[in-house]
Amino acid sequence: MTINHYVFLSVALFCIGIIGVLTRRNMIIIFMCVELMLNAVNLLLVAFSKMHYLAAAARDAATTAGTDAQLFVFFIMVVAAAEVSVGLAIIVMLYRNTHSVDINFLNRLKH
Amino acid sequence: MQLLFWLLTLLTLGSAVMVVYSKNPVHSILWLIVTFFGISGHYVLLNAQFLAIVNIIVYAGAIMVLFLFVVMLMNLNMTSVGIKNKWLTFAGVISGGSLMLILVAALKDASEMRSQLAMHTGDIGLINNLGMVLFKDYVLPFEISSVLFLSAMVGAVLIGKKSENELVNQ
Repeated sequence: MTINHYVFLSVALFCIGIIGVLTRRNMIIIFMCVELMLNAVNLLLVAFSKMHYLAAAARDAATTAGTDAQLFVFFIMVVAAAEVSVGLAIIVMLYRNTHSVDINFLNRLKH
Repeated sequence: MQLLFWLLTLLTLGSAVMVVYSKNPVHSILWLIVTFFGISGHYVLLNAQFLAIVNIIVYAGAIMVLFLFVVMLMNLNMTSVGIKNKWLTFAGVISGGSLMLILVAALKDASEMRSQLAMHTGDIGLINNLGMVLFKDYVLPFEISSVLFLSAMVGAVLIGKKSENELVNQ
C-alpha cells in the first residue's frame, strides 16, 4: 500500500464529515460528523508517521522517528474526549431551553 | 494484505456514509461505532497497536456510549422535525464533493505519494516505545491533560445542571 491510498481514504472520510455537517440539521449528528473528521485526521497522522519511520529506518535501523506523530494522535483523542463531554452538556442545556435539537431553532441567537 | 486494506476501506467509508444518511440518530451512532472499528483495523494494519486499542476503548467505548446516553435519556430519537430544504442538502453535497475533488486533484501527482508503506513492520507503534517517549519527553503535556479533564468535568457539570430558578419553580 502506498501512502496515497491512506491520503485519499482520509480525504474521503473528511469530506463525508463535511457533507454531514452541511446537510444535517440535527445537532447530535453534526457533532458526530465533527468526530468523524477528527478521526480522518488521526488516520492520516498515523499513516504519515509510518512513512517518516520507514524513511528514517533506511538510514538507521534502530530509529524511533515517527513516535511523536503517534503521541499527537493520542493527545488528540484525549482532547476529543474532553471536548465531547462539554459539547454534549451544551446540547443537553440547549435541548432543555428550546425542546429541540434542530439547529434551525437556534436562529434566535441572532435576535 | 491488499484485500484486507480494501475490505476495511469499504467498511469505513460505507458506514461513514450511513452515519450521514440515517434518519434515526441511534442508527447514526451505531454506524459511527462501526466506522471507528474500521479505523482501528487500519491502525492494526499500520502496526500502531496501542492507538488501535485506545481508539476502541476511548472512541467506540466511552465517547459513543456518552452519545447514546444523551440521545436515549433525552428521548431525542424521533424522526427529523422541521422543514426539509432540498436545495440546502444539494448545496452541501456539491460543496463537500468539490472540496474532495480539489484535494484529490492537488495531491494525486505529488512526488512523495508513491512511497510504499510496509505494513506489519516497525515497532514505533508498540506500547513499549510509546510509553518510553510519553513518560520521558511528553510528561508535562500528559500531566496538563489531567487538568484539562478536570476542567472539562467541572464545566460539563456546571453547564448541564439545572439553574437555581428552575429548581425553585419545581
